[in-house]
Order: sequence, then structure tokens, then C-alpha cells
Amino acid sequence: MIRLEPRGPVAVSRLIGVSFAAAIAAVVLAAIPMLFAGLSVFEAYGLMAKGAFGSLFAFTEMLTRATPLILTGLAAAVAFRAKLWNIGAEGQLYAGALAAVAVGTGMISAHPIVLVPAVVLAGALAGGLVMLGPTLLKTRLGVDEVVTTLLLNFVILLFVQMMLEGPMKDPMGMGWPQSEPILDEAALPKLMARMRIHWGLIIALVCALGVYFLLKRTVWGFEIRAVGENANAARHAGIPVTATFVRVGLISGALAGLAGVGEVAGLKGYLTADLSPGFGYSGIVVAMLAGLSPIGVVFAALFIASIFVGADSMSRATGVSNYLADLIVAMALLCVLVSGLFLRFKVHLVGRNARKEAGR
Amino acid sequence: MSEIFEILLSANFWAASLRIATPLIFGVLGALVCERAGVLNLGIEGIFTAGAMAGWMAVWLGAGLWGGVMVAAIAGGFFGLIHAILTVPLGLSQHVSGIGVTLFATSLSYFIYRTALPDVSSPPRIEAFQPLDIPVLSDLPFLGTALFQQTSLTFLALLLVIVTAYVLYRTPLGLAIQAVGDNPSAVESQGLSVYGLRIGAIVAGSAIMALGGAFLTMSAFDAFFFGMVNGRGWICIALTVFASWRPGKALIGALLFGAFDAFQVRLQTEIGSFIPGQIFLMMPYVLSIIALVVVARRADYPRALLVPYFRGQR
Repeated sequence: MIRLEPRGPVAVSRLIGVSFAAAIAAVVLAAIPMLFAGLSVFEAYGLMAKGAFGSLFAFTEMLTRATPLILTGLAAAVAFRAKLWNIGAEGQLYAGALAAVAVGTGMISAHPIVLVPAVVLAGALAGGLVMLGPTLLKTRLGVDEVVTTLLLNFVILLFVQMMLEGPMKDPMGMGWPQSEPILDEAALPKLMARMRIHWGLIIALVCALGVYFLLKRTVWGFEIRAVGENANAARHAGIPVTATFVRVGLISGALAGLAGVGEVAGLKGYLTADLSPGFGYSGIVVAMLAGLSPIGVVFAALFIASIFVGADSMSRATGVSNYLADLIVAMALLCVLVSGLFLRFKVHLVGRNARKEAGR
Repeated sequence: MSEIFEILLSANFWAASLRIATPLIFGVLGALVCERAGVLNLGIEGIFTAGAMAGWMAVWLGAGLWGGVMVAAIAGGFFGLIHAILTVPLGLSQHVSGIGVTLFATSLSYFIYRTALPDVSSPPRIEAFQPLDIPVLSDLPFLGTALFQQTSLTFLALLLVIVTAYVLYRTPLGLAIQAVGDNPSAVESQGLSVYGLRIGAIVAGSAIMALGGAFLTMSAFDAFFFGMVNGRGWICIALTVFASWRPGKALIGALLFGAFDAFQVRLQTEIGSFIPGQIFLMMPYVLSIIALVVVARRADYPRALLVPYFRGQR
């Protein structure tokens, strides 16, 4: 049998160790499906590493893929800190992208200094407002936010499809359901010539620092952590629990909305209904892998992004399905959950004899 | 208005309602068995996918239809066991573990499907369950079409409603499962194993969920598609709350839902293109949210739902 003995506060080094252990465990476990698919494991990982780090182009592609993952990872991390289970980052991402397109395709024409921030803010606002609904339903009516945010993902994606086939369809799009392209003045500038990496990465990194500062150094951050530890105790201590949930919901939704802004205004240039290959859900893995630490999110996002980009490249070279990447990411989540035990508890393996000795 | 009555009075409409309800009946029954034992199983969406893929693939490899059903149930039970180990003895967050199981089951199903069938352009088809032709009953006017021209899996779902209700309310095992979701330490003091009951309930519930997925590939369609589960699992989680964790109400909830869905599809063809099709496609999800909101205030959650149990600890 297993006996768990609670631990006290956790050292940062141990936290990082657990994340690394989980990442390595997932990578090792991935050898099983690789062998099943007839791959040589070392060769496959070699191809993946080359695909994610092998050239300047590969490296910038990996950073480009990490950009939305940092933001959706932060969205999950800040919400989970307050035990607000926002599983709706995917929908909030699309809401942000839709708002960015609405503002950035000619609704207003202005100098980039005005227009780019307007696009960014519109996206953040849209994401935040989408999360406001489930948050209020939770605080006012006690409706479980997990289910509402999950269901809203489907509603929002259908809404985006409706807009792209209707009022926001590009008349020059050869009949494809896609939006008009974002104006040059509204687009996030590229960071390097001839590469796809864009200013969304800077925004994501600034957000990571911002969330770190928020959680560590501000009253709001203290309240978020207190509510997450124990909402009832926080209420008795006079912390405005409802207001904290609303704030966290808005911040979390806004971060996911920003991920959508980056993808549409920094990378693709126009909106389609397949903008995100599940960045919202991967963000949950990123956040958990980071132990809900905002700085950790950056590194976890880099890890997950290199899995995705590496697997794409490996898949092109070997013909093995790149669903392998999703599989590794899912296993990373399960591994980090298990290894997280070693953070919160001392785990003892207890035999029958040991139990007898303890007089039970 | 007359179109609406015409829809409601057609036997085909009621047959479609029952057909749409079938996977949801499996899903809600499975979810309520888990939740009655005190564990929320958000692995359901992935377990649906795994059941759909595993069942289909077993039939495709020649296991026969009922062999496929068995394989689907075993696959569901396997992913249920992962969720059970993570949430019961290890006491990890049921939310995150469930999402993890969904991601794992979904990506594993997709990966296996793609690896087994690397470059097929159109998904291969199997000989799916056919509607039963029951002597006398199927030939009844109206009722015959509405109720008795379904596939075996629909009847299995209806049978499972009765079995689940019987086990839950009329057997010592069922009472123990209910107790372990309400007051686990009382169960422990009776000398029963909290872990054993919870793990067993999650594995059984997950196996039932997987049958809902199997219905999709082996009865509603005859092939496996990516994204075919499309949120049905999450809808079941909402319907479970709506059904107040009761098998009978689960059946009614799923049927209401099926009727509404069948109705909107028919309405859509009646009113045609005035309203964008996506509005209709949104309805199941919006309806689920509304169902949750309606019952949220008086929802009588199993008292120990989401609360991990550690021996000798209060």
C-alpha cells in the first residue's frame, strides 16, 4: 500500500525538479507508441530535436509556436491558482482573434501606434468578456464553470464559423470561409526578416512577467492565492471572494484572447476556423507542467512547442502521424500530476509488516 | 405552426429522438455511476472517442459487432482505471486528471487509427448494427416506427437504465456506492473499502460511457471520423446534473435532449436558409448550459463529490 504524508512548503528547486521529471517521463513513455509505429526511437527523437532546434528557422518556428502556448498557459495558471477551472481558453482565443479581425480589417483606420494597441486591447477584452459569463454563473448561481467553459468552446467556434461564412467573409477569398486580411497598419510586426516570429512573443513574455508580479507583489495576487487555498477561509478573513473570481476570470480570459490576437494579427494575417490546433487545451498542460508558476509557464511552453514542431518535422520525414505530439503532451500532463504528489506528500510504500509494526 | 405539429406527430421524429438520445443515455449513466461514488469523470469526452475508435477497429479487424462492443467497454474501463488511480488512492485533482484522461484517450485513439490506416482518403466502413425487425411490435402503426425499429445498442441502453437503477437502489452494492459518494468515512467504519468501491464504480461507469462512443461508430455511423464525438461527453456531464444523478431522470433528460435536437434539425429544413445553420448547431451546447443553470440552485450534489478520501483523516 501507499501512505501519503503531507509536506510543508515546497522549495523552488524541488518544484523545478518535478516538472523536469515529468517532462522526461513523458518523453521516455512516448517510446512505446513510437515502437508501435515502427520508428527507431533514437532516430525519431533526433529528427524531432533537429526539427525544433536544428536551424535558425526551426528555432524561430518553435518560438512562434510557443507564443500562443505561453498565453493560454498563463490563462490556465492564473485561473487555477484561484481554483477557477477555466477550461475555455480555446473559445476565448477565438473570441480574441475575432475581435482583433473586427477592429483590424478597416473598422477604424489610424496610425499603427494607435491601431495595433487597439487591436490588442479588443482581443484581450473579448477574451475576458467571454470568461465573464461562466464566472458570474459560478459566483451568482453556483453553476460549475468547468462544464460551461467547455461547452462555450463549441458555441464560440460555431459563432466564428458563422461570421466567416456571413458578415465577415472575405469577398476576395475565392469562396473560402475566411476573414478579410488584417491591415498592414494593424498587424503585429515581425521580429526578424524572412521569419514568421512576431511581436506576439514579446507580448507573451511581458504578460508572464506581469502575472508573476501580480501574483507575488500585489494585494490582488495575495487575494487570488488565498481564494485558491481555501475560499471559505478567505471569505471569513474578509477577502472579497466574488470580486476576486471575477477579476481572475477577466484576466484569464484576456490572456487567452491575446493568444488569439497573436495568431491572427502576428502570424496568419486573417482568421479561419482552424486557427488553433487546440492551443487552449495544451495551455492547461503548460500550466500544470509549470506548477502554475508564471515564469515556469514560459519554459513549459517552450518544451511543449518543441514537441509539436519537432513532431511535425519528424512526421514529414517518416510519415508517422503527428498525433504523436498530442499523445506526448497528454502523457506529460498525467506524468506531472503523478510527480506532483512528491511535492505535496512524502510517499511511503507500506508493506503488511510495516503496518503491523505501527500497531494498526 | 402547422409545420411544427407535423414534425411532432411524425413517428420518424420520435425514432430520431431516441436514436440521438442513445449515446447520451450511455454517457449520463456512466457519469452518474462515477459521480454517485464521489468522483467527477471529465475523462468522458476522451472515453467516448476511445470507445468509438476501439469498437470500430475491433469490428473492422473481424471481431464481430458484439466483440466490438466488448472491446469498447474494456477500452473505456482501462481509461477509467487510469482516472481512478489518479483520483482515488492518489487523491489528485479530479478536474485536471479528467482533462488529462480526455487528452490522453483522444490522442491515443487518433494516433492508433492513423498508424493503422496511414493513408486512407475515405474512412473504411464496417457492417454496422441494423435496426431490429421485431415481430408484431415493429409493425405497429406509429409506435412500431417510433420505438421498435432501433438497433440493439439502443435497447441495450434502455436495459442499462433499468439495471443501473436496480443496482443503485435495490442492492447492497448500490447502497454502498451511494454512501461512498456521500459519506466515505461512514462506509469505512462499516468495514467496506472506500477505495475499492470508488475505483470499481469509476471503471464500470467508464465502460458504460465507452458504449456511447461505440454507438456512434457501430450504429449511428459505420466509420470512425476525427472529432466525431464533438462535445457529446461534456453534454453528458451537464445532463447528469440536470438528471439529479438518477437513472430514470437521466433517461428522460437524454430523451428530451434528443427530441430537441431532432426537432431543430427538422425545423432547419423547414425554415431553410433564413437562419445560418451554425445557430442550430449551437443549440445542443446552449441547451446544456441552460439545463445546468436551471437546476444549479437546487442541485443535490453527492456530498463527497470532488473530495478525495484519505484513510484515517477527516
